[in-house]
Amino acid sequence: AAVTMSAGSGNRNTNTEPWGSFDENLIQGGGAAVIDMENMDDTSGSSFEDMGEMHQRMKEEEEVTAEAAAAGDDGGEDDGGEDGEFLGMKGLKGQLGRQVADEVWQAGKRQASRAFNLYANIDILRPYFDVEPVQVRSRLIESMIPVRMINFPQKIAGELYGPLMLVFTLVAILLHGMKTSGTVIREGTLMGTAIGTCFGYWLGVSSFIYFLAYLVNAQITMLQTLSLLGYGLFGHCVVLLITYNIHFHFLFYVLWLLCGGLSTLRMVAALLSRTVGQTPRLLLCGTLSVLHMLFLFYLHFAYHKILEGLLDSLDGPNMAPIQRVARDVPELTLNATLRSLGTLLKTH
Amino acid sequence: MVYLLSEEASRPFAGLSDVSISEDIPVEGDISVPVGPSTRRDEEFSTLDEPVKETILRDLRAVGNKFIHVLYPKRSTALLRDWDLWGPLLLCVTLALLLQGGAADSDDQGGPQFAEVFVIIWFGSIIITLNSKLLGGTISFFQSLCVLGYCILPLTVAMAVCRIVLVGGSGTVSFAVRLVVVTASFGWSTFASTAFLTDSQPAERKALVVYPVFLFYFVIGWMILTFSPSQ
Repeated sequence: AAVTMSAGSGNRNTNTEPWGSFDENLIQGGGAAVIDMENMDDTSGSSFEDMGEMHQRMKEEEEVTAEAAAAGDDGGEDDGGEDGEFLGMKGLKGQLGRQVADEVWQAGKRQASRAFNLYANIDILRPYFDVEPVQVRSRLIESMIPVRMINFPQKIAGELYGPLMLVFTLVAILLHGMKTSGTVIREGTLMGTAIGTCFGYWLGVSSFIYFLAYLVNAQITMLQTLSLLGYGLFGHCVVLLITYNIHFHFLFYVLWLLCGGLSTLRMVAALLSRTVGQTPRLLLCGTLSVLHMLFLFYLHFAYHKILEGLLDSLDGPNMAPIQRVARDVPELTLNATLRSLGTLLKTH
Repeated sequence: MVYLLSEEASRPFAGLSDVSISEDIPVEGDISVPVGPSTRRDEEFSTLDEPVKETILRDLRAVGNKFIHVLYPKRSTALLRDWDLWGPLLLCVTLALLLQGGAADSDDQGGPQFAEVFVIIWFGSIIITLNSKLLGGTISFFQSLCVLGYCILPLTVAMAVCRIVLVGGSGTVSFAVRLVVVTASFGWSTFASTAFLTDSQPAERKALVVYPVFLFYFVIGWMILTFSPSQ
């Protein structure tokens, strides 16, 4: 989203040409004007491609000047060689062919290195990891505290270190839960399932929320949704860590509502402050809360061993918990039937 | 003529700047490169002619030296200066082989388990390296891989001990013993790797680098602790 008066995406980089006055970016009432809110956040970085382009252009200039210098020297030496009697006419054609091949190779290499530097350059991600431990700790705690202010856009930190570490922690906790529950996933896919679930949720739901936000024109970037959802997983980690070790269903429901609810409220408030209109707000926040709460529910019940005794005493009549599902059910039943058939045949 | 040649022999090419050779005077003699320290260095670096046993022993000695540095972690740059990936590979394969044969419900469990441990160790190391580089570390990619791989040594030793303990039985006592051993070696691994890795980080960010290392060794330690041999 950009103001029509701003000169394009390139000038989000603050150390180039001077801007017009900031009056263009002030909020003009509560109307339907589209305002570029990204300038208000001090942590939203410039776009991925812009930074990569800039970096690549600088590198290419260096490369080109270096190549020109080297080519100049080579050309000089070649001329000296041709003037002498060592190469002769055949040498001249060989040189030409070699130079053409060389140039084609250089051009190809430049294209490939440009693509590589754009997408595999680790420096693009560097600003998103620029945090202090104190900041991470405070953000972790704040992710459980909803903020009431929804008339002015709330500040969402655009960092990736915290969310990434939280996803990995969730993976570790899930592994612990799967192991202690004796889930019948084979060892080879245990890790894959855990990683796939957690990363799939984080990346998939963030992209989906960003897509919905794009549809309803909410002022939030992909980095911010990733960050918001990542920090929202802190509540999940805490709840799962407790309930995978203490198997009280009642405790889980209380914690689910409490911690899950608090982190959901925090994310919802942040989104509400950046969306205009009743229906968009309902759509966006409703989707996010449903997905967030259901994910915690799923994580607890899909990988959790239910102790029969506690189950009978604590569960209410309204909610029948999902039973632990053995992953290779068809194989088990097949094996079981085969075995029973085998014993049947043996007895005959 | 003889005088000129001997002069050229002592200072090669020095006299060529003022020598003008005309076609009717035959040029003869030999340009001999003076025997000095440079040739001796060349012969030392050319290890192509040495017997294979020497090559292998030299590498093994280097690996063994680094093992000792891991077991007694002190601030030294030996691991970082001459990094190599033989040790991590050796340790990773040993650990993966020891973790095979776990409780399984079908016969072909050997494959995925080995591959799983391998993948966890290498991809975990790569991710931690990327993380420390993104946080502004000055250590290079392969140096970090080397350090993380070598610091798996205590956990491998713990795995061997656990396997031996499990031969005796898998009751509560053996679990307690295994828990203590694995916890100790996990702490040792984390401490050893942070002794090498955090030197290259700015002071305030050490905690940010240590946490993923902690998580990584925790997952490996967890795999070791929950290993139970098939009946």
